[in-house]
Amino acid sequence: MDAILLQILNGLDKGSAYALIALGLTLIFGTLGVVNFAHGALFMVGAFCAVTFQRILNISFQTIDPTKKDFLGNPLKVDTTYIESWLGPNLGSGILDWAVPISILFAIPVMILIGYVMERGLIKHFYRRPHADQILVTFGLAIVLQEIIKFFYGANPIPTPAPEMFAGSFDFGAAVGLAEDTIIYPYWRLVYFLFSMGIIAAVFSFLQFTTFGMVVRAGMADRETVGLLGINIDRRFTIMFAIAAVVAGLAGLMYTPINAPNYHMGMDFLVLSFVVVVVGGMGSLSGAVLAGFLLGILESFASMKEVIAILPGINQIIIYLVAIIILLTRPRGLMGRKGVMED
Amino acid sequence: MSDIKITRRGILKGGTIAGAGLAMPTIFTSSAWAGGHSGFTNAPTGNTVTLGFNVPQSGPYADEGADELRAYQLAVEHLNGEGDGGMLNTFSSKALDGTGILGKKVEYVTGDTQTKSDAARASARSMIEKDGAIMITGGSSSGVAVAVQALCQEAGVIFMAGLTHSNDTTGKDKKANGFRHFFNSYMTGAALAPVLANAYGNDRKAYHLTADYNWGYTTEEAVKNSTEALGWETVAAVRTPLTQTDFSSYIAPVLQSGADVLVLNHYGGNMVNSLTNAVQFGLREKMVNDKNFEIVVPLYSRLMAKGAGANVKGIFGSTNWHWSLAQGFTDASGKKVAPDAASAAFVKSFGEKYGFPPSQAAHTCYVQTILYADACTRAKSFKPSAVGEALEGFRFDGLGNGPTLYRAEDHQCFKDVLVVRGKENPTSEYDLLEVVEITPVDQVIYDASIFGGELGGFNNGA
Repeated sequence: MDAILLQILNGLDKGSAYALIALGLTLIFGTLGVVNFAHGALFMVGAFCAVTFQRILNISFQTIDPTKKDFLGNPLKVDTTYIESWLGPNLGSGILDWAVPISILFAIPVMILIGYVMERGLIKHFYRRPHADQILVTFGLAIVLQEIIKFFYGANPIPTPAPEMFAGSFDFGAAVGLAEDTIIYPYWRLVYFLFSMGIIAAVFSFLQFTTFGMVVRAGMADRETVGLLGINIDRRFTIMFAIAAVVAGLAGLMYTPINAPNYHMGMDFLVLSFVVVVVGGMGSLSGAVLAGFLLGILESFASMKEVIAILPGINQIIIYLVAIIILLTRPRGLMGRKGVMED
Repeated sequence: MSDIKITRRGILKGGTIAGAGLAMPTIFTSSAWAGGHSGFTNAPTGNTVTLGFNVPQSGPYADEGADELRAYQLAVEHLNGEGDGGMLNTFSSKALDGTGILGKKVEYVTGDTQTKSDAARASARSMIEKDGAIMITGGSSSGVAVAVQALCQEAGVIFMAGLTHSNDTTGKDKKANGFRHFFNSYMTGAALAPVLANAYGNDRKAYHLTADYNWGYTTEEAVKNSTEALGWETVAAVRTPLTQTDFSSYIAPVLQSGADVLVLNHYGGNMVNSLTNAVQFGLREKMVNDKNFEIVVPLYSRLMAKGAGANVKGIFGSTNWHWSLAQGFTDASGKKVAPDAASAAFVKSFGEKYGFPPSQAAHTCYVQTILYADACTRAKSFKPSAVGEALEGFRFDGLGNGPTLYRAEDHQCFKDVLVVRGKENPTSEYDLLEVVEITPVDQVIYDASIFGGELGGFNNGA
């Protein structure tokens, strides 16, 4: 029972990342009909917004400490950040400590801009082209983006820690009446899960309860008819692309304390997220979210040593195995509508 | 826009095309080894000699590859009599005089291994066939080292391995034309276990997470055998996919297993992520079996430590070389160890040229280049068999690791091994590890036959 609960919890945060990326992918696919293989790169760019913001906050001036030596035996140059110098060590270091959450404010306009430029500058030219063309151009774009990031930030992972107060873990098992230390869970993963739920709820509410969202949903169902009503659906879809970019970017940004970001992290998530979209049902937003959590949890279960002992290698293939089974038994995916995209 | 027909089949088709394109090997050639042959492949005919530096210039180990390349460029400078000479001044062999190799100026070409065996072989092949490289060196992975070593054996050129830690490189996959200066998994286990037992006691229960590939297996086996011999019990050893990025589902069950030590047989990005995840789960703050829970990382690199940030603090591991040897240190028993003159010379050369201290990958690559050049000079030939014979059984000092033997039986270097620990109060982004013990070579040497394999004979190629 403990082990099951433990793996469900572990699957939730991983599932949160899958769900957020798949949600953005589905939004773009549902509105623009574009299969965006660069979506994982947006996740990575979001993560590097946190890294960039952290570096901006850490801009420093150097002072010489004659009592210490550097690796060449010269007097040691000590870095002091301007922010600590200007705001004092307490407030300054407090802001540095909270760099990741604060960088959300930096990332939102950056991701909107990147999303807008990406859609207007490149992707709109491929709306009427075959999916193979879309996949190739967006895949190429993803590689270009990751090489740009690698050029500026290197190939090594960059540590981007959570604020000190979320650095540790808590005893979830003891909190629910189980024995001590049976289920421990890091604070930041809980934050990530709650943050994801908030983003998912915000996107659904936006689409469900605003006029803008209603028009977008109508456009997703029948773009031509909405256009005939005199509504500029293209402009709205461009905005939806930018929103999807923000969702992916924030998912990446908040993920940085879980795993140190590197230029390749988007690719690591992209393929799995496409599987999530297909399993959830192409074009189904709720399907993407459900499948994200489901596959995240299944992946966690498959990595239990007891499971691996019975089925060696299952941890490497579980997601694809489930995708095959679902596509064979329910080709439209878990929540895809019957007859939609089944040919 | 209404004429867009979106189908899942179309998407899968497109994805297949993209995937096939991505998986296409870089180069296929079937031509014979090129070069002006004079009894051996790529015998130098002019007044220059070309070395091939095959390092990861793209992919996850690109930063490590960049450091290797810096070291190679520095070695070429020193061989050609430029710069301050670096470790040529401290090297026990005085055959090299700064006039290149055997009077020929050293030039070099580079290849990108991408840390993929097929790409590494293609770039090595290209450097041998098209550029006339007489020796290939470099790399940051055992898979790549084994693949390129086999190619060099076939081509008739010497391979001076870069960073490769698997026992197999000079074990079951050893080749006569291949030589390794870097230490291996067995030596890590033998050096680390006594330090761990000393620090954490002999009554410990270890849980291993192991990267699911050759290096992971040999490291797990080495650490298991060495720690069990000192009384530790191995509770479980779980294989993790090489592509894994989030290790939470592997780490969370560790506390329930009764283990009080977690050994992370991971390298590169795997190590950064698994260690970060383990610290997030608060393992190091837990008491299990009335002991503090501990984490061990058998193979450290400074670049990995940088990626893991503050999570490495206090965590033991091993390394082939560390720049702090240049400054001297106080070991775990409180004994002061004097600065190493050779390391100081290398750190000074490298640091003044590039502005930061060299990594262990840079060190081993620099040393391999110097050793190759020295062997050619002593053998008075570039012929692989003559160079190989000059390296076999060669004892030297003054290259940063103390007295060292290039063992003839398996072409593995034997020298002292450094046990390091993540530093509690680093003074810079490079000052992340501290040497706590230099394990004498006698404690890490082993019988050459235990890992199998056949060295075979030298191949001079054409």
